[in-house]
Amino acid sequence: MNVIDIENLSFSYSKETILEDIELHVKDKEFLAIIGPNGGGKSTLLKLILGLLKPKKGSIKLFGKEPVKNLSDIGYVPQNTNINTNFPIKVIEVVMMGHVGSRRPLIGYKKEEIICARGALKRVGMLEFENKKIGSLSGGQRQRVMIARALCAHPKMMLLDEPTSSIDVKGQKEIYELLKELNKSMTIVVVSHDISVILEYASVVAHINKNLSYHDIRGEKRFYIQDEHFCEVELLQMLGEKNV
Amino acid sequence: MFDILQYEFIQNALIAGILVSIASGIIGSLIVVNRMVFLAGGIAHTSYGGIGLAVYFGLPIFLGASLFSIFAALLIAYITINQKHRIDTFIGLIWAVGMALGILLVDLTPGYNVDLMSYLFGSILAVSKNDIYFMATLVFSILFIVIFWYRDILAVSYDSEYAYLRGIPVKFFYTLILVLSALTVVIAIKVVGLILVIALLTIPIYIAEKLSNSLYSMMFFSSVISTIFTLIGLIISYQYDITSGAAIILVSAILLILFLLFYKLIGKEN
Repeated sequence: MNVIDIENLSFSYSKETILEDIELHVKDKEFLAIIGPNGGGKSTLLKLILGLLKPKKGSIKLFGKEPVKNLSDIGYVPQNTNINTNFPIKVIEVVMMGHVGSRRPLIGYKKEEIICARGALKRVGMLEFENKKIGSLSGGQRQRVMIARALCAHPKMMLLDEPTSSIDVKGQKEIYELLKELNKSMTIVVVSHDISVILEYASVVAHINKNLSYHDIRGEKRFYIQDEHFCEVELLQMLGEKNV
Repeated sequence: MFDILQYEFIQNALIAGILVSIASGIIGSLIVVNRMVFLAGGIAHTSYGGIGLAVYFGLPIFLGASLFSIFAALLIAYITINQKHRIDTFIGLIWAVGMALGILLVDLTPGYNVDLMSYLFGSILAVSKNDIYFMATLVFSILFIVIFWYRDILAVSYDSEYAYLRGIPVKFFYTLILVLSALTVVIAIKVVGLILVIALLTIPIYIAEKLSNSLYSMMFFSSVISTIFTLIGLIISYQYDITSGAAIILVSAILLILFLLFYKLIGKEN
């Protein structure tokens, strides 16, 4: 069974069409990069997959079912800019938000929830920071915590929205290495415009600019240009064309 | 100076000051982290409409103000959830209309010359036993709600989109926070008045935020700091025979400045 099945999907906020006739099928343990220009509809597609928006036309199926009914199968890491860094909250409390609200104790958190949250923090290498205030962490560390929060629900798929924006180069590399590790046990979907980095890790690429063009880049050599210098604009255009 | 404690109105004032400080510390923290300060200001001023209604129809002031401010909170919750683009305009509108309504109703009340100033700037020395029961009930309700729904309230406040995806009823909790803010504003009006209430809901919280690394410690520190400020303000207002609400706010502001200077100095050493 496919992890994501999108058929004939169109969406518009008002009159202007944001997404048109989108067709996308993602298999289990795939590493999908969603790329495209700003305003091209990347984030909108992500919100549709999450069930935060409803399609105007067509259908989205996650694990063969409607999006909102599969909350616990999906780990979601929102865009960095959405997070309020002044908020007085400890790292462990942020991670604990990832638990789905069923079978909860009368007050506070269950012991298993705390153990599970610490396990998730350990998996992303952030356990030693569990009692630190979230605002005191660097951008890269904070993003790891957000990934740990998503892991708390034992997801079969991770969705990440621009996970490396406003993170330094070393931090970006570390995040992608972590995702590569997680990819062994789950499907990864990343919305990003760090094209050069993402192509190293992704197995499939979806370029979105109102329409979607899909590329399987496993075994592709032409993206890795030997002199380590290539023009992202050309690459984007190439991926944007159909039938590449 | 302890002999003043034998007067019942002083005792009531002190108890009211402590109760209001606990409520405003907890709810003020939620207002600040949810960035609802302007909304709370709107509710505070709108509640004057409720005071006017209560005076006109001869109802208890707390009842009129509570019902009216809950109505304002529900309206503001509905608008902020469904009409995100024009929130500031709507709040400004509700803010002014509520006050205008209150002033007119008081004007139209025959033979009753209500002291507008006591609602604008507080009248803590006129707190009755019934007022205290009302305040105590509200404080216990707030404690109950915050203790039992702490994790949901925390999730909604920190990242409402994520909370929604985890199946938490975000709109319910958002509305609940606004309704509790409305009720807190109503009891705080007795102590500092509706114009100054915003300071009570922000100054102690601003200090507490710097001292806390979690929401519950922020609520705790806010309540303690708020109690200290209120009691110092009350003592000064009694000693010099000045308006208590204004004294409390000025004490808070001066101590805030001292705290920030101290905080800067400490920060430099580290």
